[in-house]
Amino acid sequence: MRARASRGRRESTSQWRGLAGVAAVTLASIVITACGGSSAASNHTKVMTKIGKGEGVLNVIAWEGYTQPQWVKPFEQQTGCQVNAKYAGSSDEMVTLMRQGGDSQYDLVSASGDASLRLIRGGDVAPVNVNLIPDWKNFIPQLKSPAHNTVNGVHYGISLQWGPNTLLYNTQKVKPAPNSWSVIYSPKYKGEITVPDNPIQIADAALYLSKTKPSLGITDPYELTQKQLGAAVSLLKQQRPLIVKYWALASDEIDLFKNGNAVVGASWPYQTNTLIAAHAPVKDLIPVQGATGWADTWMLASHAKHPNCAYMWMKYVSTPKVQAEQAISFGETPANTLACPDMNKIQKGACAQYHANAPASYFDSIRFWKTPTTRCDNGQSDCTDYNDWQQKWTEIKG
Amino acid sequence: MATSAATPSGPPGGLALRVSAALFRRAWLRAVLLLGAPGAWFVLIYLLALVILFVSAFWTVDSFTGNLVHSWTLSNFKTLVDDPVYRAIALRTIVIAAAVTVTDALLAFPFAFFAARIASPRTRAALFVAVLMPLWSSYLVRVYAWRLILDRDGIANWALAQVGLGPQHIAYTNVAMWLVFSYIWLPFMVLPVWTAIERVPDSLLEASSDLGARGWQTFRRVLLPMVLPGVMAGSIFTFSLTLGDFITPTLVGGAGSDFIGNVVYNNVGVSSNVPFAAAFATVPVIVMGIYLVIARRLGAFDAL
Repeated sequence: MRARASRGRRESTSQWRGLAGVAAVTLASIVITACGGSSAASNHTKVMTKIGKGEGVLNVIAWEGYTQPQWVKPFEQQTGCQVNAKYAGSSDEMVTLMRQGGDSQYDLVSASGDASLRLIRGGDVAPVNVNLIPDWKNFIPQLKSPAHNTVNGVHYGISLQWGPNTLLYNTQKVKPAPNSWSVIYSPKYKGEITVPDNPIQIADAALYLSKTKPSLGITDPYELTQKQLGAAVSLLKQQRPLIVKYWALASDEIDLFKNGNAVVGASWPYQTNTLIAAHAPVKDLIPVQGATGWADTWMLASHAKHPNCAYMWMKYVSTPKVQAEQAISFGETPANTLACPDMNKIQKGACAQYHANAPASYFDSIRFWKTPTTRCDNGQSDCTDYNDWQQKWTEIKG
Repeated sequence: MATSAATPSGPPGGLALRVSAALFRRAWLRAVLLLGAPGAWFVLIYLLALVILFVSAFWTVDSFTGNLVHSWTLSNFKTLVDDPVYRAIALRTIVIAAAVTVTDALLAFPFAFFAARIASPRTRAALFVAVLMPLWSSYLVRVYAWRLILDRDGIANWALAQVGLGPQHIAYTNVAMWLVFSYIWLPFMVLPVWTAIERVPDSLLEASSDLGARGWQTFRRVLLPMVLPGVMAGSIFTFSLTLGDFITPTLVGGAGSDFIGNVVYNNVGVSSNVPFAAAFATVPVIVMGIYLVIARRLGAFDAL
């Protein structure tokens, strides 16, 4: 047995040499071919002037909770467009999905303000004709042509809904009821805190520091100098041992609260609504320091295969009824100002509860997600960009 | 081996006969026919993928547009070495993979010994099915089941409270990952150890006790050296499977539980930085290479 084994080994050595030779040749050829080609983003799609016949299918990248059967089913019946949704857990994931060939695989993406400009600059999304969306003229003025989806007067999508990132807590375990973000940075609830697994979470820490440590001089939580970023990062590093889990999908956080593993955390209103529907003892609020938030846009992929269905969808979700349904289901504020009566019809007092009739000052009080860049508003270019934020986030999570 | 090849039978002169005669005379032709398809698969799909991976590790990504920059640089590897975060993550991955391997070996040995040498044939069959049963259900289902077990209000904490050890924070920690990994990969350790123990002749154990060795001595000096190759073979599975996993850390890991696989996944799926992911992915390849060399020294491949 020994002898046979050693002979086998000798043979395999010489075979290995042969294989190594083959591998070396292939390696060389790959290097040559790979270095030759380089693709450039191009945008061939012409802006549509009329919605044609539906293609039967619509593929979308969406936030969890944005494609509920409640309004997707009627859409499918009306238009014959079968909706296939892929949930993304963060803006980064949406951008990556679109960049890695998603711009021809998917038709629409529900991008937040921190992803939309990256998609426009990367050529992943196409201009949209707002005249084909009748309800667009009923949108609140701030969301008709906001800077995050309209560049040089060209619209790259239709605004959808907006809302704040809230503080969620278990009413039985967290007493007294919190009114400050400090509760997620304090050791009182060590091992029972959860926050999103998302670099943009640094802005939440920066917002908190802008109120609690004015000496740092943070005016905009998305425009941080190295020193200010360092302060936010060290706050988040102190927070890490207190965290039970960084949640990636909304359903993760719902599980954590349902099973008692987390009692307080940063959240979206969607989780609160889902948990309350499941009779979990939770509540959410906007703490005294204010909140970051999102303003989402349905954006059309630059190589969308089903543009007619995509336009039908953008038209459909902008109507007051669907705006109201989604607003109440997710717990956010509709872009369409006419959604108020429909909201109250579904749930009494919902219009006021979800701020659909709030004055413009409420909109302005939310610090909406945007992509950090090196250019600060003060004209200097000493700010940290999103790459820095991503690296720091890896460092924080360790 | 050459003489054991098929000898021609049946009426002379047929096409089949001529083909088989031609094959009989040309050993290399037989080898080409046998190994051609799997060999091409191996080179084109498997080795090529590895080569492309390794080559792309020397590229970078334009942070603004997200496009690949095809210029040669060592910056990805430099980040890996310089940044303590990635060292910590690599170390965590390797330490947990090693802990899982040791745990599985300790659990598998007595079980396999009982199954192979003590149990009746009926019990043996039942045990065999019991080992393989978890493999019939989805990996994800089993990990999620563990999430329920380890929850704050789960069975594990209930049981601990019964014996007065109070509720523990097990859910979403490295301990949870160690438990789940040890459970998931246990069958891959049990089976090779079982085979190795089965192969040890009874006569050797009897001779050992005839010569006056106590049970412990027989175990240490006769059984263990003969079963060690089987344990090493099993450890290759448990170690490499843990080393490359990212699903269990995502589902049961907590804050600071990222594995190499998670960083790779995030760089590909979230940050769109394939070159850096490729660079980090070479770490487990190197670790596994070193491990295999050690395993070979210890005779793991004799047991295969």
